[in-house]
Amino acid sequence: MDYHWNWAILWAPSPDGNGTYFDMLMDGLKWTIATSVCAWLVALVFGSLVGVARTLPFKWLARLGDAYVELFRNIPLLVQLFLWFFVIPEMLPHDWGTFVKQLRYGPFLTAVVGIGFYMSSRVAMQVSAGINTLPRGQRMAGTAIGLTTAQTYRYILLPMAYRIMLPPLTSEFLNTIKNSSVALTIGLMELTGSARAMQEFSFQVFEAFTAATVIYLLLNAVVTIGMRMLERRVSVPGFNAGK
Amino acid sequence: MPMISIRNVNKWYGTHFQALKDCTTSVEPGEVVVVCGPSGSGKSTLIKTINALEPIQGGEIVVDRVEVTSPKTNLPKLRARVGMVFQHFELFPHLRITDNLCLGQQKVLGRSREEAMEKAMRLLDRVGLKDHAEKYPGQLSGGQQQRVAIARALVMDPVCMLFDEPTSALDPEMINEVLDVMVELAKEGMTMMVVTHEMGFARKVAHRVIFMDAGEIVEDAPTEDFFAHPRSERARLFLSKILQH
Ligand SMILES: Nc1ncnc2c1ncn2[C@@H]1O[C@H](COP(=O)(O)OP(=O)(O)O)[C@@H](O)[C@H]1O
Ligand SMILES: [Mg+2]
Repeated sequence: MDYHWNWAILWAPSPDGNGTYFDMLMDGLKWTIATSVCAWLVALVFGSLVGVARTLPFKWLARLGDAYVELFRNIPLLVQLFLWFFVIPEMLPHDWGTFVKQLRYGPFLTAVVGIGFYMSSRVAMQVSAGINTLPRGQRMAGTAIGLTTAQTYRYILLPMAYRIMLPPLTSEFLNTIKNSSVALTIGLMELTGSARAMQEFSFQVFEAFTAATVIYLLLNAVVTIGMRMLERRVSVPGFNAGK
Repeated sequence: MPMISIRNVNKWYGTHFQALKDCTTSVEPGEVVVVCGPSGSGKSTLIKTINALEPIQGGEIVVDRVEVTSPKTNLPKLRARVGMVFQHFELFPHLRITDNLCLGQQKVLGRSREEAMEKAMRLLDRVGLKDHAEKYPGQLSGGQQQRVAIARALVMDPVCMLFDEPTSALDPEMINEVLDVMVELAKEGMTMMVVTHEMGFARKVAHRVIFMDAGEIVEDAPTEDFFAHPRSERARLFLSKILQH
């Protein structure tokens, strides 16, 4: 194979007129971060609500939570993005549909919603599992001192459950970052999309995707280190989760 | 007027398994009642029904003139007045000892932080753990944790205390430090219902002993009578087994 390596391409001006190819990748990185962080917030909020619902002593609510998880977990992410992007706007009343289609950041917002809901099903499973690993007596002890169910969750169950969940939540956050690349299929110029555009303009396919790979790895390293620091910060003296 | 009155209580787990069968008893103010019986006989279930941690399907329970089983009863308010101590302590691991003792006072009773702290320190002193106030539960021994758990119940100014095998998860050398606190409490006139197999404790402080088997209250007698001449064969058998140790 006689591939002509040319790393200097990164500093060549890109045809989009906004600086170099490297700038283009950095732009992509910004969208990747924005999409991942916003989708993660959606996932955390909805995942926590559904995850908690699945542990409440109301059967119908738990069933509803189970159905939510199965729905969003079992449809491929790509299909969900297409549904949100192409199908749902058509199903809305005409004016709404037009409004949605003309949204300035349509692909970004769709990616946030689509990836957010997809990941929320996985967060919900972690939240339920985290709550269920706590000793049954903890809920009882909270109830016995007179706390309401909401207070028991707020002050007793969730603080411990989230601590136990931090390692699996870290990997779900990393999954969110990886999954954000799927958004290139609906036209979001995030990191993978930018790398592909760079390859198409410059024909330097290896440089483009090597650079993207390195950036993804660095991003994951930053998240992992950050989460480890958080784990240490909130660790409970005398209590070792899972040991 | 009894402090705790339990009348014809029936309870099922699911639709098939009856855990309590027509149980009737009562506890007078200041009375200490020990509940014993083989494992699985329904002792925990019975005391959990008293503060409605377990719902019942038949009968009536009244605590300090409040009808536990009435749908109109404010359960959190009732539970705040009934102290409960569990076999496995169930302290809140992420909270300091002080916060374990303040949580209920502040969130349920609406006391100020200062008020709650003062009360917490007073009770920690009483169970001999003032020096450990700023620690976390995981940094204490089992016996210390159980004493904190008793203090956590007492800060709420309960009208009665329920204990579910408070010493059976403890190493033998720690049992007495917990029993001592309970004996003190009994002497001060606290109304107590104690599930335990510590027959020494029962002899020393209990006014009455209830013996349960297979969901039934088989025997309910003054302590002396119970130990001197248990009426049922099942109680005799149980006592002979347990007093061998
Ligand atoms: N949450 C529950 N669901 C179903 N069965 C239960 C539950 N809790 C207890 N039981 C059953 O009820 C019976 C009485 O249990 P329990 O009150 O814990 O007995 P004890 O405290 O005397 O050992 C046992 O047979 C036990 O298996
Ligand atoms: Mg028991």
